[in-house]
Amino acid sequence: MTTTDVIIVGGGIVGAAIARELSSDGRRVLVLERSFVGAGATGAGMGHIVVMDDSPAQLALTVGSRDLLDELERELPDACERDLSGTLWIAEDDAQLAEVRLKQQRHEAAGVRCEILDAYALATAEPNLRKGLAGALRVAGDAVVYPPAVARWLMDRAVDAGTELRCGVDVHSIGGGVVVTNRGTFGAPDIINATGAHAQGLSHGADIVPRKGHLLITDRYPAFCRHQLVELGYLASAHTLNSESVAFNIQPRRTGQLLIGSSREVVGWDASVNRRIVQRMLQRAVEFMPRLKSLDIIRTWTGFRPATAHKLPYISRIPAQPGVWIAAGHEGLGITTALGSARLLADLLLSREPWTDPEPYAL
Amino acid sequence: MSDVEIRVDGRSVRVETGATVAAALLGDETFAFRTSISGQPRGPLCGMGTCFECRVTINGMPHRRACMTVVATGMEIVTRG
Amino acid sequence: MADVTAIHAADVLIIGAGPAGIAAACIAAETGASVVVIDENPRPGGQIWRHISRHTLPGQAKYWLHRLDKSRARVHTGTSVVDITRGNAHFAIRTAGIVETVLLAKTVILATGARELFLPFPGWTLPGITGVGGGQALLKSGTPMAGKRVIIAGSGPLLLPVAAAFAAAGAHVSHILEQAPGHRVTRFALGLWRSPMRGVHAVIYRSKTMGSRYRTGTWVTAAEGQDRVRAAIITDGRRTWTERCDMLCVGYGLIPQLEIAQIAECDTAFGRVVADAQMSTTVAGIFAAGESSGVAGITSALVEGEIAARSALQHVRRSSLHEHATADAAESVATAAPNALSRRARREAAFAARMNEAFELRAELRQVPQPKTIVCRCEDVVLGDIARCESMREARLHTRAGMGPCQGRVCGPALELLFNWSALPARVPAVPAPVSTFLSNTSA
Repeated sequence: MTTTDVIIVGGGIVGAAIARELSSDGRRVLVLERSFVGAGATGAGMGHIVVMDDSPAQLALTVGSRDLLDELERELPDACERDLSGTLWIAEDDAQLAEVRLKQQRHEAAGVRCEILDAYALATAEPNLRKGLAGALRVAGDAVVYPPAVARWLMDRAVDAGTELRCGVDVHSIGGGVVVTNRGTFGAPDIINATGAHAQGLSHGADIVPRKGHLLITDRYPAFCRHQLVELGYLASAHTLNSESVAFNIQPRRTGQLLIGSSREVVGWDASVNRRIVQRMLQRAVEFMPRLKSLDIIRTWTGFRPATAHKLPYISRIPAQPGVWIAAGHEGLGITTALGSARLLADLLLSREPWTDPEPYAL
Repeated sequence: MSDVEIRVDGRSVRVETGATVAAALLGDETFAFRTSISGQPRGPLCGMGTCFECRVTINGMPHRRACMTVVATGMEIVTRG
Repeated sequence: MADVTAIHAADVLIIGAGPAGIAAACIAAETGASVVVIDENPRPGGQIWRHISRHTLPGQAKYWLHRLDKSRARVHTGTSVVDITRGNAHFAIRTAGIVETVLLAKTVILATGARELFLPFPGWTLPGITGVGGGQALLKSGTPMAGKRVIIAGSGPLLLPVAAAFAAAGAHVSHILEQAPGHRVTRFALGLWRSPMRGVHAVIYRSKTMGSRYRTGTWVTAAEGQDRVRAAIITDGRRTWTERCDMLCVGYGLIPQLEIAQIAECDTAFGRVVADAQMSTTVAGIFAAGESSGVAGITSALVEGEIAARSALQHVRRSSLHEHATADAAESVATAAPNALSRRARREAAFAARMNEAFELRAELRQVPQPKTIVCRCEDVVLGDIARCESMREARLHTRAGMGPCQGRVCGPALELLFNWSALPARVPAVPAPVSTFLSNTSA
């Protein structure tokens, strides 16, 4: 049996980020990945790097992670497509504008630079938005990345620092210092479950469920929109783990293509494209941006966010599985918070001062 | 057979009625219809609407397949946009 | 764009107006069934009967197009099928283009035909380089070819008729280059005695292209030029040389178009739609005819179109709740000489098998593209970047190959051949379509 210091199960962006943290500290790391780097939720989502303030813990994790990504600005290659496009949280009416003002206060208290745009300023910033919107909160420091490329870069750095990556490995069980797979058995005193929406398969106490989402991407229409545009209703949609919801969310990619979302539903692992939901998403999008109607859609796809009931990821030991840690359950914030999550997990595993209070993320 | 007059990049071009925009451009010795992501000139490959290499802007609408569009009088074609 | 919202479900909706779709439409519509035909192209005829004026077409094509006109089938050209889903009683077919709507149908016949297999080679993205069928399509849609120096290369029975068409249009076809070895091509040509009509055609095509050098066991390894193609680099495996050209047509045979079948959840296998002797797919009520269920030429397509129409009508009759004229007519049509049709279908299938064997692609073709050769033309992804991946999905996610508007139709089959990867099944939309397409509903 091959033994090492740390085994990470899962080669998505979270697993890759953790591998980089631990191996740069000198630990011998083995990553076991079922398919290829970024093949799961990492490869299916939007790549929005966004400050989210549903709770103080979420705010802390997203802000800290965003800062860590900013530090990598000069190192990330072109393929990562990092673009400082910023986010506009859109208020449809005065009631929502009042919510937006509260959001601004919370952001500023956390040191996040942002500004309120009134109706006129919003129309100037994004001419393709419909008339009659009340305004928006502009968070200039938010960004867009291409997640598979970021995950691959992080994993390459980990490998450079000594991490061993094995792909095509199906993990059957973890525990007692042992990982049993279709390619043999591996041992390590510390095992990290970074398998996202599949985490509960290896750690039964981790109540993480797949939360299906749809995305569409258009052909190239440069300058159609400049910011990532999100309706305020997105927060309500993202943070109630019940039936089906749709919220306007559109992202300009550096290629000039537009990524259109978003939807949420809990339907097990059915990956088929739900036409009715696609129609609801597009109807909502067209309500905000009528000129979208003439843009060509090239592809649609689905993915599964790893969702927890308390809306925060688990980043901690697993009490019921000695020697096993978990870093999973990031819902729609896996790309945003991969770096902060990895840093926190590394802090805990290496007995360093945790960079943020770890209690809210404990399983 | 009657002719149709269209404009290609501001130039007047005559082509037989019923021909496609692709045929009109090639007949006018315009072989590069679009510019690829890395800046290469590109023209039609499959001739039947599956490769998307023949895309031009027609009457202001981008990404139109020239090989699938029949010419109409007064059409405005912009290549390599 | 007109919104022609359907209120009634058609009995038979046919996707594709090539020979198979036209035959199916005629047979079905002539019984009185309501038939709708959809095709992306500006006119019916598919690839093989592409035309501007019908007087340029062979007699068989004129016959069928005229018969289609006289039938009461409703033909929507310039219209693409974007999606196909199954409801309780009907199929819903979402369309874009000239007709942007959702059409309902009791049965669907997939006659989506085939497209060319392209294999990348250095310089293949230069303007002036087209497929073999591609060159023919451009010719037939009004491109003047007089005086052009053309090389036709690649593989398959299409090379000779296309060369003949170019020659007839005044081009100088300097070379016709077939990659298959001479003995295989000869064996195939000799075997044409089993199908008399095809033998005659082969001789006629060969003689029309007098003045062209026809070589077997020869293929293109690169193209040269700056803003357009100026020359082709050619090899026979022993020596390599350069030939000037104004236009270079390279295609390696035809592959069935499976996207709509896959979206409809029909089984596909070995690169074609799975269909039984009645042309039924694995989805009840959906039938396939023509090249999409196996590339075998015009005669086979017409036969299969006929069989698919009869099967569709039978399905409509069985599903209908009350008697009407359509049902009686469908009954008699369905029982008309099924054995004769099946025998013809089997003979055509045998021909297709011999053709595939004769023109099998040689191993050397896999060595032609270089690390810097563009493979995905939509996203300009080179072979070297793709070669670091281990699957089609990994290549798509990590290099963007296949993420462009052609949705992997060009690079996908090439990568399947080069790396032995499995194709990724198509998803809605079958073809890029405007957002407005997805917003309309049926009124039914």
